[in-house]
Amino acid sequence: MCGTIDTAMHPLLTVSALTMDFGGIRALDQVDLRILPREIVALIGPNGAGKTTLFNCLTGMCRPTGGQLLLTPPGRSQRRLYGLPPHQITAAGLARTFQNIRLFPNMTVLENVMVGRHCRTTAKLFGAIFRPAATVREENDSLGMSLALLDRIGLGDQADELAQNLPYGAQRRLEIARALATSPQLLLLDEPAAGMNPQETEELEALILSIRDDGLSILLIEHDMKLVMRLSDHIFAMDYGRLIAEGAPDEVRRHPAVIRAYLGTEATDA
Amino acid sequence: MEYFFEILFSGLTRGSVYALIALGYTMVYGIIGLINFAHGEMYMIGAFTALIVSSVLSIYGLPLPSILILAGLAAAIWAGAYGFTVERLAYRPLRGAPRLAPLISAIGMSIFLQNYILLAQTPDFVPFPSLVPEFAFLEPYSAIINSSGLTIMAVSTLVMCALILLIKFTRTGKAMRATAQDRKMALLVGINVDRIISLTFITGSALAAIGGLLIASHIGQINFAIGFIAGIKAFTAAVLGGIGSIPGAVLGSFVLGLTEAFATGYVSSDYEDVFAFSLLVLILIFRPAGLLGNAAAEKV
Repeated sequence: MCGTIDTAMHPLLTVSALTMDFGGIRALDQVDLRILPREIVALIGPNGAGKTTLFNCLTGMCRPTGGQLLLTPPGRSQRRLYGLPPHQITAAGLARTFQNIRLFPNMTVLENVMVGRHCRTTAKLFGAIFRPAATVREENDSLGMSLALLDRIGLGDQADELAQNLPYGAQRRLEIARALATSPQLLLLDEPAAGMNPQETEELEALILSIRDDGLSILLIEHDMKLVMRLSDHIFAMDYGRLIAEGAPDEVRRHPAVIRAYLGTEATDA
Repeated sequence: MEYFFEILFSGLTRGSVYALIALGYTMVYGIIGLINFAHGEMYMIGAFTALIVSSVLSIYGLPLPSILILAGLAAAIWAGAYGFTVERLAYRPLRGAPRLAPLISAIGMSIFLQNYILLAQTPDFVPFPSLVPEFAFLEPYSAIINSSGLTIMAVSTLVMCALILLIKFTRTGKAMRATAQDRKMALLVGINVDRIISLTFITGSALAAIGGLLIASHIGQINFAIGFIAGIKAFTAAVLGGIGSIPGAVLGSFVLGLTEAFATGYVSSDYEDVFAFSLLVLILIFRPAGLLGNAAAEKV
């Protein structure tokens, strides 16, 4: 059996013929995606191309009209994600951040990350009251991991601050830390660099690379093309709900359909 | 002076019971933005459950304190089951509907439960045995406070502290707060939001049932309609304190309880509700978000 080679090359996420209709509007039309383990994949396209809708379908916030979503974590069996509620998709190994930040504003920085551990911990009311050794160990593990994540994003000394009091760039990093706390296989980042200054963008880039080095795959929507070209192993370009191009950054950049989507067709009669 | 303390303690006793009920209102509002008008019925059902259980247990001749504890547990569990079922049947199917729909469903549930108990039990007032033993050490102060009043205050304080610790520090509590602040995001970090909402209803109903048991034993009689006025009062208390806020519900309850007690004691018991609801009107005019509203309101 050549099982090891097989799993190494097997895509982590396979999206096939994903379609999403909102009433009469087809927001996603037969979209096919493959994301390999330890790969940084970018999703680009003009506004309204369906990128965020794709994220919503992947994470279970929208129920797709048709198609198939398969997650195959390395060394584990294949899992169908289609039709699962969002919290089970998170448990299966997908985590996401939002274009407009959605932290829990009135919880502390540390609590925001610890809440991300929810689906990996099991303590019930019984444990909370009688505190058996297993619960205490679980709480300590979860606390330790959350603090380590905060150190990693440089917020270790602001653990007890309310999330809403953080500056913008820190809130974005905290959102990533909370997503990482769910121990995902695949991290979905929706415009992580939006509104960041050049230095913050640079820090973000280093963070994304280090997350990949930990063995995760990353799918990001991003409009900062320089960042996309630097970071991505593979790019999917969308327009009007369809995939119009895919490939390595250089190929996609020069692809005529991509240029047309961003700049429009050349006017012939003027 | 003795009279003043008697009124003070009666106000604190009322406030404690209002707080037990108001917490359920405020938790449910904090998490799904619904005023659960059937919540007062949980208090009434708790009292009836306690009456049935304590009558059975007293046949076996158990000592009073153990009857009190067992009846309290039974009332909490049974009302919790009611709370769970009400949410499942009357509110969950309307989760995506406009806000008015679950509100009307809640009023319907309240009317249904009252009439169900009226038919299943009795339309009359029934006597409720005093489940709290007389404490000997309170003998010298019997003019200002009795043992059942003291028990109400002690039990309520204990239960409220436990609840606040639960919400502040446990995994479940964090999940509750996360759900209250952003339900969709809570789903996305892997919280089973439906389960958290059920748990909130169960906890709130159990607290109200304990309140029902304590006040029934204090006053000595119950009927099917007691949940209505108690529910309205506790709702008032929750709004006073800032609905959605747990410290607010506790504060609002004590403010309301003391206002009523002093109005009764120094003016006339006829004016009890006049003062209570005038206070509500004034607060709503000058601090529409309630005493601890706004910033604190999100911190379920």
